Amino acid sequence: MADLKHNDGLLVEEYADYLYDGFHDHHHGDKYQTGFISHYIFSMDHKMIAKQFLITGMFWGLIGGLMSLVFRLQLGFPEASMAWLKPLLGKWITISEATGVGTLDPQFYYALVTMHGTILVFFVLTAGLSGTFSNLLIPLQLGARDMASPFMNMLSYWFFFLAGAVMFASLFLNTGPFSGGWTAYPPLSALPQASSGSAGGMTLWILSLVLFVVSVLLGGINYITTVLNLRTKGMSLWRMPLTIWAFFVTAILGLLSFPVLASGFFLVMCDRGLNTSFFLNEIYVGGQALEQVGGSPILYQHLFWFLGHPEVYIIILPAMGLVSEVLAVNARKPIFGYHAMVYSIMAIGFLSFIVWAHHMFMAGVNPFISNIFVIFTLIIAVPSAVKVFNWISTLYGGNIRFNPGMLFAIGFVSLFISGGLTGIFLGNSAIDIPMHDTYFVVAHFHIVMGVAAFFGMFAGVYHWFPKMYGRFMNDTLGKIHFWGTMIGAYAVFWPMHYIGMAGVPRRYYSFSTFDFSNQFAATNEFITIAAIITFGFQVIFVINFFYSIFYGKKQTTRNPYGATTLEWTTAINPGHGNWPGGIPAVHRWAYDYGKMGEEFIPQVEPVSEKEKEFDEAHPH
Amino acid sequence: MMYLIAILIAILVFVIVVQIGKVNELAARLRGEEKAEHDGNEWNARMMLVFLVGFLAFAVGTSVYYYPYMLGYGPNILPTIHGPQIMQLFNITLFFTGIVFVITHILLFWFAYRYRNSKDRVAEFIPHDNKLEIIWTAIPAVVMAILVVFGLVAWNDAMSDVDADGEALGYVKVGTGDVENGTKNYIEIGATGLQFNWILRHPGRDGLLGTKNWQLITGSNQLGQDFKDSKNIDDIILDELVLPKGHTVRARISSRDVLHNFDIPHFFVKMDAIPGMPTYFKFTPTMTTEEYRDHLSQFPEWQVPADPEEPDGPQRWEAFNFELACAELCGKGHYSMRKIVRVVTEEEYNAWLDQAESTSFYLNEIRGTDDDPFLSRPTLQIEKRIREREAKKAKPAPSDVPAPTPGDTPAPEGQPLEGGETGSIQPLNSGTVGTSTTTTTVGNAVQSTVNSATITGTNVVNSATEAVQTGVNTAINAVNNAANSATNAVNNAVETTKEAASSAADKAGDAIDKAKDKAGEVKDNLLNNPK
Repeated sequence: MADLKHNDGLLVEEYADYLYDGFHDHHHGDKYQTGFISHYIFSMDHKMIAKQFLITGMFWGLIGGLMSLVFRLQLGFPEASMAWLKPLLGKWITISEATGVGTLDPQFYYALVTMHGTILVFFVLTAGLSGTFSNLLIPLQLGARDMASPFMNMLSYWFFFLAGAVMFASLFLNTGPFSGGWTAYPPLSALPQASSGSAGGMTLWILSLVLFVVSVLLGGINYITTVLNLRTKGMSLWRMPLTIWAFFVTAILGLLSFPVLASGFFLVMCDRGLNTSFFLNEIYVGGQALEQVGGSPILYQHLFWFLGHPEVYIIILPAMGLVSEVLAVNARKPIFGYHAMVYSIMAIGFLSFIVWAHHMFMAGVNPFISNIFVIFTLIIAVPSAVKVFNWISTLYGGNIRFNPGMLFAIGFVSLFISGGLTGIFLGNSAIDIPMHDTYFVVAHFHIVMGVAAFFGMFAGVYHWFPKMYGRFMNDTLGKIHFWGTMIGAYAVFWPMHYIGMAGVPRRYYSFSTFDFSNQFAATNEFITIAAIITFGFQVIFVINFFYSIFYGKKQTTRNPYGATTLEWTTAINPGHGNWPGGIPAVHRWAYDYGKMGEEFIPQVEPVSEKEKEFDEAHPH
Repeated sequence: MMYLIAILIAILVFVIVVQIGKVNELAARLRGEEKAEHDGNEWNARMMLVFLVGFLAFAVGTSVYYYPYMLGYGPNILPTIHGPQIMQLFNITLFFTGIVFVITHILLFWFAYRYRNSKDRVAEFIPHDNKLEIIWTAIPAVVMAILVVFGLVAWNDAMSDVDADGEALGYVKVGTGDVENGTKNYIEIGATGLQFNWILRHPGRDGLLGTKNWQLITGSNQLGQDFKDSKNIDDIILDELVLPKGHTVRARISSRDVLHNFDIPHFFVKMDAIPGMPTYFKFTPTMTTEEYRDHLSQFPEWQVPADPEEPDGPQRWEAFNFELACAELCGKGHYSMRKIVRVVTEEEYNAWLDQAESTSFYLNEIRGTDDDPFLSRPTLQIEKRIREREAKKAKPAPSDVPAPTPGDTPAPEGQPLEGGETGSIQPLNSGTVGTSTTTTTVGNAVQSTVNSATITGTNVVNSATEAVQTGVNTAINAVNNAANSATNAVNNAVETTKEAASSAADKAGDAIDKAKDKAGEVKDNLLNNPK
């Protein structure tokens, strides 16, 4: 509370003129969140919840990354002994009595692949990315005191936490965690007879993800409501920063698509437990002909990808929003084509709902249907291209500062181009015939939604770290992290295109079974080494993050980047309610950089007469 | 001790990383923050250009390096009709995306370098430019439209079904068409995925695949073929897929348990196998395996020993084979579902079929056994009774009589063959099919043991009774006309060769008894010790 008073003092000095008291009788001598538990654990403050999402996401990111290293070791060094992992993995490492060589159990290899995908897609890049920055930035950039429902916001985090706990528990099951791929296609996922991972592991997997869906929905409803209802005075929709637009559309996508996923999971549960046959038909497994007839495994795929495709935009849109903001701030220029950027976000969001079957071209759906999905899929390239061109033009004529946030934002654009262009190949169903489910797909989605989304997240973390902790992350380490990751990520995923173009299917435990895949031993070794090194650079990030929370360079001014948006008008360590006293009113859009020779004009600054003339001469 | 060292190393890394950060921060403070920031900015701006050059060089360099690996490039020409069409589309897409990739990357990193921070400048205020934006919305839209048109043409060509417009295309079933006068034939083959293998089925002379029913699946009838359907009588279960060059092949793809994917990479053939819902993929091989090997032999990278440890062994091009794989995650053995696809000339194909038709699954494995739905017919009853009666007399050990083992390919390296748990990876019509079936429950184990006994017996009968085989062979021509008449012919043959068969059947019967005893033993064991 002492902190808050201190902030009051600062506030008067710098921004007092612009504040108006939108909410009377609010936050005067607030006794809220004074205890340890209510402040750090069951917090209802959006900033604390954002930090909780971020740190939980980082935890899962490390777990998911380490899992990938284990299966990369299997692929890169299939002959090497894994006996040294025995203490950690236990029975999943079989040690040959004759030679003492430890081998990874194929069942566990597939469990690792599955968990890696599930954790990274849902826990890290959905919760860790959108959860963190939607929570942190929506109220701060809109001039709201908190989310529309802080309590639901708290629940959102704790459902996510619970989902993580259940998933974590499934790692220790005797039958192993779920191992049927992150898409969990039945019948494999529905039949414990078909795979030991589909026994208890699958039950916990579904339970975990249903909890996760609850978390996303609670969060999403909150984000949408806050954006629509709690914008401060003057903050019209067309004055919102692109971050908020991205979070807003993301939340809508989540709200519309996650329940469909939940329904798919519910039906799988029925098939597993109640002998229904939504997805099962004429199956003979484990020496038995099953009774279930009439279901269709393809139905599940429709339900899954109706979420699954919007999901990749749920991942990438927030990253796009963060990158747009970081690029504009550090190029000291308005984001190029703000309206086009917003319409692109909307177009991508809308189109993401009508392209899901492009994941299923080779799944046995009627080939005629694919025609329609090809058309819509390739249309997505247009708004995506517009965004890329606009980001590049934002740099043109700028005055660019290369801090780690900016570096990651530029890296994001490069990755998004590289990964997006391969999407044009895959979206064309004819090319998908040879490419479907090969390493080409692995390369594509890892670059475009895996690494690129991570880059967006890193850009956001480096950029808004001062807003979270009042300190900066170490600049040098940040730059080492960037260059290491940028080069490393391409080294890992670029060669996978070629492996895929040689026809090697993904999710192969061993490359030596087939002649056509047996020629990539050296490539696999290279990729594995690159992956280990790249992971090492992420460790630097984690160290930097936690070290900087306590010992980082202190933030001394409120607005260190010279940014226009509202979060930089708050105190260095904003208390609960964000702005003591009144909340700021907004008079302009978020991108007045370099206007009329001014370095930047904050959103809270009223439009001067001279400026009105300028605007009339240069309408936008 | 190991762990202690590991922990110490981790702490050391942590300290080093923190120190690097701290030292640089201190150095910056000593030099003056502004100067340090400026230097850092310049360095990173230059790195942008270095990265740009390095990245583009990497992209080009790896493309050159991997050129001989990729399908459709270098030595790896595509031996199907639709393959090159798709490759053409791929290259058109590569052309457009390549241009975009290079231009956008050059602009991105060049702008980043060119407009690096300078104290003397304020950034320009360029919020938007409608003309530019319309141009760069329109250009991608036009390019996408081009790609969609090319793409859909290639797609609908590749995926058109022979049945849907069979008449229009002039497709008829093999054997009934007039090939010499230009009618196009297509051959329908069956591929059924199971954990973890493919069961390949040739329709036999009649060109028609028989119906199958998952409820009829037993240890000996792995596909659940319904032998009341006469189309099944001449169906052949294959160890490798043999296809004639230049003929359209329609793979009828299905699955017995979970999803699989029928994937022949060199052919650009890929389609999910779904339980209860057959799918198809139609393709036309344009080169035989031999021709493809000859083609590969021109390239130095194929003129090396196939197995580096055996320098005198066959060359890589000599060992080349088209391979059938699984491309949809189906469980722990997903990576091991390998079958060879052999493309041969039409003459070779016909010769192969003449020889292969005698291996009809029904005639060799099913007729006269308990799985035979026609067992109630008098002729088959007689055959069965003779076997039983004669069985009581002679006493050869079952192991003396070799079970007919097909020339199955050796299990690939790493394939989980050991233990019953891995399921039916064993060669299909070998006598041990039943024993390898999943033994997760006692009931299953018993079931499979009984199956194994039955099949072993059956095989013994088959291999031992050469005379019966002769009769079978004489009956095969009849099979071509109708299944029922075939069965009758076989039975007639059996009657006439009864005497010759009797002593052999004798031995076989004894083998059956022994096997049954053994099955009983195993059953007891399993019941007493479930684990």
